[in-house]
Amino acid sequence: MGSTLAQKIWDQHRIGEVRGRDLLYIDLHLVHELGSQAFGGLDLRGLPVRRPEQTVATMDHNVPTGDRTLPIADPLAAKQLQVLRDNCERHGVPLFGLGSARQGIVHVIGPEAGLTQPGMAMACGDSHTATHGALGALAFGVGTSQVEHVLATQCLLLSPLRQLAVDIEGALAPGVTAKDVALAVVATVGFGGAAGHVIEYRGSTVRAMSMEGRLTLCNMSAEAGARAGLIAPDATTFSFLEGRTYAPSGDDWTAATATWARLRTDDDAEFDSVVRIDATTLEPTVTWGTTPAMSAPVSGRVPRAEETASHSQTERALAYMGLAGGERIVDLPVDRVFIGSCTNSRIEDLRAAAAVAAGQKVAAGVRAMVVPGSMPVKAQAEREGLDAVFREAGFEWREPGCSMCLGMNEDVAGPGERCASTSNRNFEGRQGAGARTHLVSPEMAAAAAVAGHFVDVREVR
Amino acid sequence: MAGVRTVRGRMMPLERDDVDTDQIMPKQFLTRVERTGYGAHVFHDWRQDPSFVFNDARFAGASVLVAGSNFGSGSSREHAVWGLLQYGFEAVVAPSFSDIFVGNCAQSGLLPVRVQHETYRALLATVEADPGAEVVVDLEDTRVDWPAGTATFDIDPMVREALLHGLDDVNLILAEEEHIVAYERRRPSWSVRVPVEGSR
Ligand code: SF4
Repeated sequence: MGSTLAQKIWDQHRIGEVRGRDLLYIDLHLVHELGSQAFGGLDLRGLPVRRPEQTVATMDHNVPTGDRTLPIADPLAAKQLQVLRDNCERHGVPLFGLGSARQGIVHVIGPEAGLTQPGMAMACGDSHTATHGALGALAFGVGTSQVEHVLATQCLLLSPLRQLAVDIEGALAPGVTAKDVALAVVATVGFGGAAGHVIEYRGSTVRAMSMEGRLTLCNMSAEAGARAGLIAPDATTFSFLEGRTYAPSGDDWTAATATWARLRTDDDAEFDSVVRIDATTLEPTVTWGTTPAMSAPVSGRVPRAEETASHSQTERALAYMGLAGGERIVDLPVDRVFIGSCTNSRIEDLRAAAAVAAGQKVAAGVRAMVVPGSMPVKAQAEREGLDAVFREAGFEWREPGCSMCLGMNEDVAGPGERCASTSNRNFEGRQGAGARTHLVSPEMAAAAAVAGHFVDVREVR
Repeated sequence: MAGVRTVRGRMMPLERDDVDTDQIMPKQFLTRVERTGYGAHVFHDWRQDPSFVFNDARFAGASVLVAGSNFGSGSSREHAVWGLLQYGFEAVVAPSFSDIFVGNCAQSGLLPVRVQHETYRALLATVEADPGAEVVVDLEDTRVDWPAGTATFDIDPMVREALLHGLDDVNLILAEEEHIVAYERRRPSWSVRVPVEGSR
């Protein structure tokens, strides 16, 4: 029997077995400012960072996205950033920090700089590390202790994975995006339904996706609960990577691509389970509840509690969201719009949103912000004049970071405010205490900003 | 981290599915750079509601949290596990957990006890009838006992091993140094390396 892509990468990085777990070598470790306790643990052990040159740090979770010439208002956030800077300096870890032209969300900067490469085993102290699987890397999100393990040893001890294939077939209708596919995957597999598994996304829909789309799709593997998600590398992957700062070049490129081209699941490999999704039936999708699996097509309605499998959970979600059940999605008003996050803040996302916003005005009473995923994305968007399009339409054009995705900085929605957000989590309080999050694609978010309520982006374009 | 064999204590019922780590430890407490000081902030936002179970004096001092499926979903923040431990919980009993949460438990000494749905229901009924009822979670035998019943539970054998013996992964991995070095020698010459110079 053959092997799956994930199994091949696992086996290639397996150094041995230690008390029942596999010891895996980590090619690349990405770090951000919330991991200071991991460096603290290293200090307690008196250990250095084993491979600082295979470690890259950035600042994203708590950074302000307003005027960066001002001092950081929150003293704890400022201290946390300073601690990261000190740790990076002490240990010789490269830092794409505030003030760097490469600063950005950890899952945006990896692929963008060509750091993330096919066949790698990667780790990052963040649940959305699966994003990097879009390039064919096996990328694990871990907690602080395991960040410390990787810093100290460049290895992780992991229990074996189960394998889930998500086969997505068919062409997406105009106005339907990778985000809508990702929401469909979460709704099909279930919130947390892929626990213990690595997902391989396959099928014609995935093959036809751009790299940005694939990054969006793999990103939300976290919401399906998977330990990782990935896509076999192909010509799209190679043309995305070629020429990027840290991608191999010259003869190395030839050698690397020859190796990468072999990274695919064998025809006779077996998965523990297979899920099929017909992409031709998908519509632009809007979440109505407090888990990312609670979603409806834009043409649909918010369900009533009694129509769902779990009445009490739906009731609770509807109460939090200020909904009765039965409302048409397009009748839901929005107060806030957030275009950003590691799910949807790349150049293609911003182009798509700008195409909808161009020549329009953000509706009265709506506050809309665009937060590019990284400094290079921001620079590229500005070269293309997208910042002007957004500003003229009344969107705020901000500095890169996680921003309203988790609201650790001052970018939060108020209690009861309804937010159309291109991020990945609509949990209670995620975007601010009492804030109500509806997850959508960048196009749908921009259209909602203009209309003041959700609209079917296919009707406004 | 010390090894844990059994946990004995009273229960706190949290009858909700999909409890995510944003609820367990809200983001406003993640700016701390220490590993301590999180106990007071567990479920901060939900505790604003006076009817929330954490505000019910009958369950004060409980050391076993009984919660719905997909517990610990969402963010990888280990602060959620630290907070639960520092609040006084030694075990969480639920029908299912998120993987990263379980991984974090294994590193910090909180027991993730995955039970059948019927056991979850029985424990909820027990604590409802008698908030003083005690449960015993035996990690060696993977068994949970309550006054009126007993059941086995599921736990990744590797996680069980780590918790039972208080294993320190770094020490385990460092013992493999020879093999790690040999592996590093075999890596392709074009593998990514990021020099510090010019990275800023
Ligand atoms: S953008 Fe949101 S989901 Fe992504 S890394 Fe930042 S906080 Fe996490």
